[in-house]
Amino acid sequence: MSERKIRVLIAKPGLDGHDRGAKVVARALRDAGMEIIYTGLRQTPEMIAEAALQEDVDAVGLSILSGAHMALVPRVLELLKANGQEHVKVFLGGIVPDEDVPLLLKMGVIGIYGPGTLSESYVNDIRKAVMEAHA
Amino acid sequence: MTEMDVASMILAGDRLALARTLTQVENGTHQGIAALNALFPYTGKAHLIGVTGASGTGKSSLVNQLVRYYRQQTRQTALAEHGTTTTHHGATQQSLPNPTDSGPSQAEGPCRVAVVAVDPTSPFSGGAILGDRIRMRDLAGDPGVFIRSMATRGSLGGIASATGAIAQVLDAAGFDLILIETVGAGQSEVEIARLADTTIVVEAPGLGDDIQAIKAGILEIADVLVVNKADLPGADNTERALRGSLGLSRPFRPAGQLVHRVEHHGHLVTITEPTHKAEPTDLVWVPPIIRTVALDGRGVPELAEAIMAHRKYLERTGAWGLRERGRLQTELDLLLQNRLLVDFRSRLADGEYETALEEVLERRISPFQAVEELVNKHR
Repeated sequence: MSERKIRVLIAKPGLDGHDRGAKVVARALRDAGMEIIYTGLRQTPEMIAEAALQEDVDAVGLSILSGAHMALVPRVLELLKANGQEHVKVFLGGIVPDEDVPLLLKMGVIGIYGPGTLSESYVNDIRKAVMEAHA
Repeated sequence: MTEMDVASMILAGDRLALARTLTQVENGTHQGIAALNALFPYTGKAHLIGVTGASGTGKSSLVNQLVRYYRQQTRQTALAEHGTTTTHHGATQQSLPNPTDSGPSQAEGPCRVAVVAVDPTSPFSGGAILGDRIRMRDLAGDPGVFIRSMATRGSLGGIASATGAIAQVLDAAGFDLILIETVGAGQSEVEIARLADTTIVVEAPGLGDDIQAIKAGILEIADVLVVNKADLPGADNTERALRGSLGLSRPFRPAGQLVHRVEHHGHLVTITEPTHKAEPTDLVWVPPIIRTVALDGRGVPELAEAIMAHRKYLERTGAWGLRERGRLQTELDLLLQNRLLVDFRSRLADGEYETALEEVLERRISPFQAVEELVNKHR
C-alpha cells in the first residue's frame, strides 16, 4: 500500500502534432512501473503547470518538435516554480539543436532525449532524479 | 507541518496542499491518514456521482461536458435544497473552523466540481497510463475545477481501493460535486455503486446485442442510463434494448412499501419498509434513459436534470442517509479486517504462518483447518 509510485506528466506544448515520440516515452515509463498522466496535444504552458499541480507529479516530460522549445520550456519552468513545484523534474524530448542543449540544462532541465535514445537512459535518469529529490 | 496545518490549508482552498495530501492518502502514508482524520468532520456534504461504462463509450468526454455545464450553474440550481445531508456531530477541532460553517464561496456562487478519473494499472509492470485528461481539456484554467487521475493499483472493481478516501478529501476541500470516472467497465465492475450517491452507466450504439443488457451487473447499478453517441446509427436500438431490460429488471414493488437498495456488509441489498406516504410514484426510482452527444454537449442539460432528480429522490425517501450509513459501515468493516489481520500476524511466532501454509500446500490440512488451528493457538 505505502509503496511510492513515481508519477510523471507527459505533455506536448505548442502546435506540432507529432505525438508518436511522446507516446513511446509514456509507454516505456509505464513499463518501468511509473504512473503516467498523458495530456495529449496542443497544451499551453499554463495547462501543463496546472495539470502538474493537480496531479502532484514528480516529473514533467515535454515533447517539442516545433522548434519553440526556447520559448516554451522556460515558461513551463517558471510556472512550476510559481506554483510551489520547483522540486518537479523537467525533461525534454523531440528535436532540439545541439547549441540549445547547454542553455536548457542550465535552466534546470534534467535531460534532453532526441530520436534514437534508448529508453533505459531516460527511465534511469528520471528515477535517479526523483529519488534524490525525496532523499 | 502538522496535519492540522495541512487540513486548514486545504479548507482554505490551497490547491498544492490538496494535491500533495491526495498523494499521501493514495499511498496510505501516516501523514495521509492523519490528514484524513483531521478533515473527516468536514466530509459528507458533496454529491458523489459515479460515471461508468465500457471502454470507448465516451465517459471522459461526457464528464468534460457535464463539468462544463455545472460550472455555468449556481450552487442553488445545481444542488437544490440541502435537506438531510449536512448534519455534523462531535467536531471538536480547536484550530479549524466549525464544520457546519459553509466556508467562503458558498450559496450563490457557481458550484465547484472535482473529477477523480481512474485508469487501470498494468498487472505486469505496476505502471499505468492515465489518459482521461486528454478529453477534459475544456476544463483547464478553471479554478473551480480540480481533476485528479489515479491508477487502480491492483483493485479489480473498476476503482482503486483509495478512491473513496480521495473523494473524502475533495469533499472536505469544499467541492460540491465529485464525479468519479471508473476504468472502462464491462459487466462486473460495480464497486462504484457502493461509493457514489448517483451512478451513471454510459452505453453507446454498436457494442453488443441485447442479451448483453440483461446480464447481471453493471446495468443493475444504474441510477441514470446514458446512450452516448446518440447521433450514430443504432442509437434507437441501443435505447430500445436498455428500455426492455429495465422493464424486466425492476423488482416487483408492492404498493405502500418503500424500496431501497443499500450496502450491507459488502453487498447491495434491496430492503423494503412500509410507508404511509401516499404517492407511490414518489417512492420508486426508475432509471431514466438520457441520450447525449458528448462531442457537442447535446443532452447534457437533460442529464444534469436527471442527476438532480435522483438526488432529490434520495433526499425525499431517506435513501441518502441509508446509503451513507452503508458506505461508512463497509469502510469500517474493511479497515477493521485489515487491522485485525495485521495485529494477528504480528502475534504469530517466526515461521508459524509459513509452517501452516506448508501443511496446506502438502494437503495435510485444509485452509479452513489451518485458520482454525492458528486462531485457537493465539486466542
